[in-house]
Amino acid sequence: MGDPTTTPALDVPVLQVSGATVRFGRETALDSVDFRMFAGEVHSLMGENGAGKSTLIKALTGALPLDAGEIRLDGQPVRIPSPLEAQRHGIRTVYQEIDLLPNLSVAENIALGREPRRYGGIDWPAMRRLASEVLAELGLTIDPASQLGTHSLAVQQLVAIARAISTDVRVLVLDEPTSSLDADEVAELFRVIRELKDRGVAVLFISHFLDQVYEICDRITVLRGGVLVGEYRTTELLRIDLVQKMLGREITEQRVRRPSDPEPGTRVVLGARQLRRWPRVHDADIEVREAEVVGLAGLLGSGRTELARTLAGVDQPDGGVIVLDGTPTTIAGPRRGIGLGVVYSSENRRTEGIIAELTVRENIVLALQAQRGILRLMPRARQTELAASWIEALGIRPESPETIAGTLSGGNQQKVLLARLLALAPRALLLDEPTRGIDVGAKVEVQNLVGELAANGMSVVFISAELEEVLRVSTRIVVLRDGLVVATLPADELSSGSLLAMVTQPDDGD
Amino acid sequence: MSAATSTRIPEGIGTRVRRFTSRRASWIPVFAALGILLALLLAGQAYFGNFLTPRVLSSLLLDNAYLLILAVGMTFVILTAGIDLSVGAVLAFTAIMGARMLSEGVPVVVVIPVMLIGGALIGLLIGVLIQFFDVQPFIASLAGMFAARGLAFLVSLSSIKVEDPAILWLQTKLFNIDGWYLSPTGVIALLVVAAGALVLQFTRFGRTIYAIGGNEQSARLMGLPVVRTKLLAYIICGTCAGLAGVVFTAYQGAGYPLNGIGTELDTIAAVVIGGTLLTGGSGFVLGSMIGVFVYGTIKTAISFLGAEQSWTRITIGALLLVFVVVQRVIVSRSSRR
Repeated sequence: MGDPTTTPALDVPVLQVSGATVRFGRETALDSVDFRMFAGEVHSLMGENGAGKSTLIKALTGALPLDAGEIRLDGQPVRIPSPLEAQRHGIRTVYQEIDLLPNLSVAENIALGREPRRYGGIDWPAMRRLASEVLAELGLTIDPASQLGTHSLAVQQLVAIARAISTDVRVLVLDEPTSSLDADEVAELFRVIRELKDRGVAVLFISHFLDQVYEICDRITVLRGGVLVGEYRTTELLRIDLVQKMLGREITEQRVRRPSDPEPGTRVVLGARQLRRWPRVHDADIEVREAEVVGLAGLLGSGRTELARTLAGVDQPDGGVIVLDGTPTTIAGPRRGIGLGVVYSSENRRTEGIIAELTVRENIVLALQAQRGILRLMPRARQTELAASWIEALGIRPESPETIAGTLSGGNQQKVLLARLLALAPRALLLDEPTRGIDVGAKVEVQNLVGELAANGMSVVFISAELEEVLRVSTRIVVLRDGLVVATLPADELSSGSLLAMVTQPDDGD
Repeated sequence: MSAATSTRIPEGIGTRVRRFTSRRASWIPVFAALGILLALLLAGQAYFGNFLTPRVLSSLLLDNAYLLILAVGMTFVILTAGIDLSVGAVLAFTAIMGARMLSEGVPVVVVIPVMLIGGALIGLLIGVLIQFFDVQPFIASLAGMFAARGLAFLVSLSSIKVEDPAILWLQTKLFNIDGWYLSPTGVIALLVVAAGALVLQFTRFGRTIYAIGGNEQSARLMGLPVVRTKLLAYIICGTCAGLAGVVFTAYQGAGYPLNGIGTELDTIAAVVIGGTLLTGGSGFVLGSMIGVFVYGTIKTAISFLGAEQSWTRITIGALLLVFVVVQRVIVSRSSRR
């Protein structure tokens, strides 16, 4: 790891972090990361899910304590124990979920806590003037007396920035500021960012849109798995190299292993035509046949998760049809999906999957019991028998059905989740990042398991951020970019290099 | 930029309407309440013929002065997205305590401050429970309600008559202006409304109340004094309950430990009908005043009809239901933006 920095530091960074380490229990979310920001520069932090981006931002803005490491402002060591303290140091954050007050006026949202006063009371006219001035700086001509909640999210975002820059701001952190903006609004935001840059503000711009990062950023720091990959000048880093650094592994042309498959069937089990779900699924066509694994390949934000969720009926489509066994079907929610034999396993294993307080047995029988209904309670002996058979079939360790699920390793938790879904005897299984955050051995086991399931006739949709893994597991691959299906190809015809080129923007270097 | 231009105030026709709705959206429920009040008054006049008289309208304020004071305090608490169920019991407790002290010869200049402080202390207790022990406002104020009611019974099990002239003067002295009547209790209530409205509109404390109701987490991240403000809101509500105890004692000429049962619910109903969202962050003291008048008008109309007073509660209940549903619609519409 750790490519050498491409340019020597000309001056002292405004903000410098060295050896930043954050642990959550036994897991290390951020491992001794170095990061720095210069005045008048726009810096981007890049990485896939779980790379440690948000952990690092939280540590910088006082929302999370560092377990080890040092933060320096203008070369002076500082402690940032709270968001308030970060603000005092001139570090302001505009979060993706705007943390303003929609019930108050625009002017108040900008000035709250620092309102101008007269005769012991709030001077409303002065406050509106102050707000108008800041808004004018951002080129925003809205009525400062209007209620914030009456404006679009884009305007609210700009008001949040207005609040940040109405004080003495040194470092401005913009966390996914463009995710709810349209193209014109993004252009407007970039104009504002450039202005701030000229004023000497150090801007940290987080986005998973490569185009935007390349348009606005001067410097890119790449994280992967909580570890620093390197810091680069944007002009000196090709997109394809950036993506490769984010996804990891040297891209080699090695032959990928595939499940020892009988020929996939020709019957389409689950499919969709012109499937739409705002904002990340645009007119997607997809077919999943009997006994095949369809891999969804794409970067974070490409719509891979959203497509799977919509296909499984977890989220409802805005348009298009889902076709099950050749019949257009509405899957009104996950419960209905289970009834139809379409099950989805979330990428958020901890929050949307495993129930850590329950035992392995309870976790496994959960969905099956829910499907049977509360009145047809499965006998305890039957539950134990069922759990034991899945524990054996999937090799869950420890083998006791009465182990508390939260104490299991990530890989074993994933297997428990799989067991829960497989106990439903589904026809189509949608797995979203089933191998994320589990160790290499367990990864291979899960991959092999997916192959076996398909070989036994199941239709599987497989999502992974690791392209190599998608290649290894899938029969066919659907390539997604910015919410669009750009290609559907047999995995045999793809190499990791060509797949990487397809998931990255084609117009590299503009 | 499209977003900026689309929200720019367009010149010409419709400007005023649009500016008004974008600035004063939270006033809309207040106008709805005002509309209902006017409709009730006009309907009463049409039906009874002698409803819209200075005497009836004056008594609307004088008979409900204590409720108005309670509603102002309650507005502060509900604006923070909290609730205070203790106010009826606190009213009863401070009233019976005051009556007992007066009957034992304690001078009125001591008794009234003691009543106010008693209310404030119970408010503080509730606030501390909520803020530092993380108890739900509903439960914390329920505990406060039981405590206050118990204390009231501890002071006396039966009614204590008040003969202090200064207290009685508050209700019996009537300023007569062209057939309109105004008692000192009415003046006190109006002053409390004015003070409440000014504090909420023109102080940082007042704006912080709204901020907390909007989103407590955001308010904290903005560096606003959330803890202090919430405590103060409950202290204000308790103090108002103590003051309402003073006014109620004057109104009844006696203290009685069973007074004010269910008054907390009448208060909450008046505040909600007056356009304050139970989810916090939106509402006005003036709206709560209108809510109290709506309540008073229904009560008066029903006594004009000679019907059972239980119909007041039924009508108020139905009205409350309508208002809460309307609020729900407003909230869900604004959260969809």
